[in-house]
Amino acid sequence: MEILVCVRRVPDTSENEIQLNAAGNDIERDDLVYSINEPDNYAVEEALQITAKVGGNVTVVTVGSDDDEEVLRREMAMGASRGVLLSDEAFDGSDGRGIANILKAYVHNGHFDLILTGVQAEDGGAQVGGMLAALLDYPFASLVNSISVLDGGKLKVSREIEGGNKEMNEIDLPCVLSIQTGINEPRYVGMRGIRQVASLEVPTFSASNLGLDASAVGDAGAKVKRTDYFVPALGKGAEMLEGDQEEIIAKLIELMKAKGGLN
Amino acid sequence: MARIFAYIAHKGGIADDAAAELVAAARNIDPAASPVAVVTGWGAELDAVCETLRGSYAEVWKIANQALAYPNAELVRKALLNVLPHDDIVLVSHSHFGIDLSPGLAIRMNSAFVSDVSGIDGIDGTYLKLVRQEFGGQVSAHMRCDASAGAVLNLRPGAFKPQEGAAINGVIVDKSAGVGALTVGRRYLETVVAEAGDVDITKHAVLVSVGRGIQEKDNIAIAEELAETLGAAVSCSRPVVDAKWLPKSRQVGSSGKTVKPKIYMACGISGSFQHLAGLKGSPFIVAINKNPKAPIFQVADVGIVADILEFLPELTSKVREMKQVSV
Repeated sequence: MEILVCVRRVPDTSENEIQLNAAGNDIERDDLVYSINEPDNYAVEEALQITAKVGGNVTVVTVGSDDDEEVLRREMAMGASRGVLLSDEAFDGSDGRGIANILKAYVHNGHFDLILTGVQAEDGGAQVGGMLAALLDYPFASLVNSISVLDGGKLKVSREIEGGNKEMNEIDLPCVLSIQTGINEPRYVGMRGIRQVASLEVPTFSASNLGLDASAVGDAGAKVKRTDYFVPALGKGAEMLEGDQEEIIAKLIELMKAKGGLN
Repeated sequence: MARIFAYIAHKGGIADDAAAELVAAARNIDPAASPVAVVTGWGAELDAVCETLRGSYAEVWKIANQALAYPNAELVRKALLNVLPHDDIVLVSHSHFGIDLSPGLAIRMNSAFVSDVSGIDGIDGTYLKLVRQEFGGQVSAHMRCDASAGAVLNLRPGAFKPQEGAAINGVIVDKSAGVGALTVGRRYLETVVAEAGDVDITKHAVLVSVGRGIQEKDNIAIAEELAETLGAAVSCSRPVVDAKWLPKSRQVGSSGKTVKPKIYMACGISGSFQHLAGLKGSPFIVAINKNPKAPIFQVADVGIVADILEFLPELTSKVREMKQVSV
């Protein structure tokens, strides 16, 4: 099975305090720790487990700049056979639809039986997978937390729904699935693995390579634009307990007693 | 001014809580808005939902089809494409279903799409002014959405407060004839209900809940010890389950359990809206997190900036001391 996994490099929110820049039009990106978007990593692992069972290849693709090559190489070190960068100034300012249009053009350049995305990105909206499926006219399922390959060009997939229940579906290939975290245990990637793929070529495709009309992507094609970032006004906010640890614990214990949680 | 449609999900003949929130959101776009409820389904359950919605929507579009008895988003999307106009505004709850339905719906309608909208500041001409949270809720963004060719908005559950209003006597309009052929490449098979698990976190008055800040599986014991001392149970947020440190039955959130404790201790939990959606009954929330910007501090009653790996053992030993003294 030929599997394409769409990935992104994002600021790691568990490692960073996100601040606004001076102009308020972006977050302060200097000194941020970037990593692979976590759900995307689960998607790559899932693709590798499928091809280990039924054969085939895993290609990882991202829309971005040269800086984003590092996440492609990381996923190649996990076992993806090819990394592809879709990069062009014309892509800057793309909304979800623009990104999906760029990915669609790449999909039409190759032949893929299955396309996976992570369920959502740190600064995204769980949208590109569903949009890509609609543009390709492929079936789609979101929040997928298990996949098994059936005979006859079909998959059985479960979707995460309310209350931890699972919605079981049969879906025809080719299709697009958005992968939920926890579907598997992504393998560890060490420095040695990264070094082994350091010399592999990562081909780059531009708008013209992909036959994309610049008006359909980037700022020009975006119906949705971010005008600025702001720090939300805190509601009531928590009463912050301050002082040394002993004082804090004493106050906390008093409060928990008062609320009936400790006696 | 575009019309506003609100897609209402339902189960067992009961409309989703979002039904009232979507009315409130529509009024944030236009205070004079009279949104149209759109409901898909089949049989008596569908009829019951339409009847209920008639009390809060002036117009309810009923789309009945046996194939829509279970809400397979692929089928629902096809039906909506055939029934709804493509240049209006469609509101959907950003639920497990809305995430499945809406991005593709917007593409097929050639409408703009914005997901997980948490605020609406009205409309400026044909531009919707929206608010989203990004980067785990640490910052928010103002969005400008060109709705001139229509827009589909997925709205964050719980973000739009329903307004009190007099019951109205709306009309049900049967739009079933417009559905057309419903064949798709994805077929619903069955729903597998979550396993019960060893500990029932829904029954505890105090929960010590751990998140990513617990860092590794062996550290779960730190929370277990505190819980044991307090007579509480250990629950968790999604990353802890993803890492297989605790079973799914311990997860609090929209994809896990809904809990109603008296005291909820959020330890190393950032506080995503999916997690908070699992907290009901206004518990007293104690948040302990080393990141002072963690969104959990916005909703907690009491906040402590500390590393839980140091703080929790200290708290455990102080509570133990206190209990010994009192015995």
